[in-house]
Amino acid sequence: MLKRPYFLFTSLISLLLLTVSSSVQAEESSGGIDAMVNEIFGHATGWFVSLIFAPFPGTSFPWIVLWLVTGASIFTLYFGFLQFRGVGHSIALVKGDYSDPNDAGEVSHFQALATALSGTVGLGNIAGVAVAVSIGGPGATFWMILAGLMGMASKFTECTLGVKYRNEYKDGSVSGGPMYYISKGFKERGIPGGRFLAGLFAVFCILGSLGGGNMFQANQAHAQLTQVIGNYPGWITGVIFAALVFIVIVGGIKSIARVTDKIVPFMGILYVGSAIVILIVNADKIGWAFSQIFAGAFTGLGVAGGMVGALIQGFKRAAFSNEAGVGSAAIAHSAVQTNEPVTEGFVSLLEPFIDTVVICTMTALVIIITGQLLQNPETGMYILNEAGTAIKTADGSSGVALTSAAFASAFSWFPILLAVAVILFAFSTMLSWSYYGLKAWTYLFGEGKRAELTFKTLFCVFVIIGAAANLGPVIDFSDAAIFAMAVANIIGLYFLMPIVKKELTSYQKRLKSGEIVKYKDRKKAKKA
Amino acid sequence: MSATIIVGVDGSEAGNRALAYAKRLATLIGSECKLELVCVVEWSPYTFQTPEENSHRKKQKQIETQNAQERVIDPALAALKEAGIAASGVVKFGKASSILNNIAVEHNAEQIVVARSTEQGLSARVFGSVTANLVMSANVPVTVVS
Repeated sequence: MLKRPYFLFTSLISLLLLTVSSSVQAEESSGGIDAMVNEIFGHATGWFVSLIFAPFPGTSFPWIVLWLVTGASIFTLYFGFLQFRGVGHSIALVKGDYSDPNDAGEVSHFQALATALSGTVGLGNIAGVAVAVSIGGPGATFWMILAGLMGMASKFTECTLGVKYRNEYKDGSVSGGPMYYISKGFKERGIPGGRFLAGLFAVFCILGSLGGGNMFQANQAHAQLTQVIGNYPGWITGVIFAALVFIVIVGGIKSIARVTDKIVPFMGILYVGSAIVILIVNADKIGWAFSQIFAGAFTGLGVAGGMVGALIQGFKRAAFSNEAGVGSAAIAHSAVQTNEPVTEGFVSLLEPFIDTVVICTMTALVIIITGQLLQNPETGMYILNEAGTAIKTADGSSGVALTSAAFASAFSWFPILLAVAVILFAFSTMLSWSYYGLKAWTYLFGEGKRAELTFKTLFCVFVIIGAAANLGPVIDFSDAAIFAMAVANIIGLYFLMPIVKKELTSYQKRLKSGEIVKYKDRKKAKKA
Repeated sequence: MSATIIVGVDGSEAGNRALAYAKRLATLIGSECKLELVCVVEWSPYTFQTPEENSHRKKQKQIETQNAQERVIDPALAALKEAGIAASGVVKFGKASSILNNIAVEHNAEQIVVARSTEQGLSARVFGSVTANLVMSANVPVTVVS
């Protein structure tokens, strides 16, 4: 059915591989593979980045940021601030209070949430936050928290739909996500264009999986490694990472993925634990840090673009970190064992809260409190770098290196721990996104070994490109690709949110009437 | 009045010892005794999995259930039937000690029969063995076959 686009995509890969190999041959005359990859990559993706981040005429406000904020605000209002009312119920569901232990053995709410979180908690929380506060100042943190809180409603909407319209195959495997709920939901409601929009989402999802879910991760893992080991070409990191990813996703060596998935949560706990210790040691500065966050949120405190600059950075990095409205989480959550799709919506509410409101805020506070951002002591304004684009930092670092420097100011051994954490986070995020991308790929081109192998190979090639390119072009493309997914997904959510409302109303009614009760209460009632 | 005895089986030598003892008990009690064989596949809802593992979990559960049914439950039931003992069997997922107890309570069972296995190592020391946990928390009498 879709042989022609498949042919086009495979041709594209061949072209890409040819470009990379010719870059390698031309390396001697142009000053290194990294510079070549960077230049080619910057040229190839510039138009796409410009389109996604185009500002409103006469302003510097990118339309895509407003798109996400508007979506999150509408879902928040439409569901009556459910993210604040429903947290208690979400926690009860994750704890398994409503699950019958006699039906155990399939994916629990906790597992679905943990899997989705391992795809989102990662470099966005470490490097992304550093980018946000160094460009947007401490004020970006305020907007990041706000975006995280509102994003909870977007997550609720998309994950409920992800479960409701998932495909359950005869062999027992499950596939879900925006491409399925857009096409099936639109058909059910008699709205035309569902298949086109679902296809568009799938294309953007493939780009997102190669961008934010892959290149950004490889790039920042390399940055962290050079911080610890010393400078060396990025393509070397890229080749090693690509080989490991290849072994897991193509070779099927699941033990590597399993070990990573067991260690990553502990790394996350260790990271948050270290941040808490730094905050406790500097408890006297927490009040000052929050005053900087509030003042910066509404004045900018001298950052480029002032308040709007802080807001844009905060919203951008929050969306990049928690992926609310992007649609990726709906793919991860759709495998859960439940007959009530809305329960997974409730569970997914917790994701932006843990990811952004808790972890991202911790990173931001540590960077601010440890004095990494240089401030003019007389005016209280932050000092900008020569280009006037970002705040000057204590050692001139940016991205993950800035977070590393902030933590190292309290614990000298932290860069080594962070290097390990970053590599593991990057690796687990890559594995998650390779799955999201693959689901989008198979939606477009059909299930099949050949189609799967093509995507997996393409994914590994992009690991090398991501590690070799500079931070600037990679971060721009990663953002653009992830946000492009939100364009198709949020349009779909607008049309399908009445279905979610219907599900929610019915569920809450049954919860209130006592038809749906906790397992222990059900057991008690049975006894009585 | 009928008497139900819950028997923990897993296809191992220890499980077979429990089954043999329960069979003797059933013979002594007579036709009013029914054995309920329970094979528990250890499973925690709080583990970390990859998205791919999640998407195939339902299928995996079906395979694990079928394996336990065919390799553990069915041969045991066939042997009991041959001996003229009424019995049924079930495969469950979760924590063995609580599943065995839940089923015993549900069936209003007289007792649970399990065998002492040779669980060793750090996890058994820290979290206790299945038999130890069962003895500590069960709501019905427990016989541990050595």
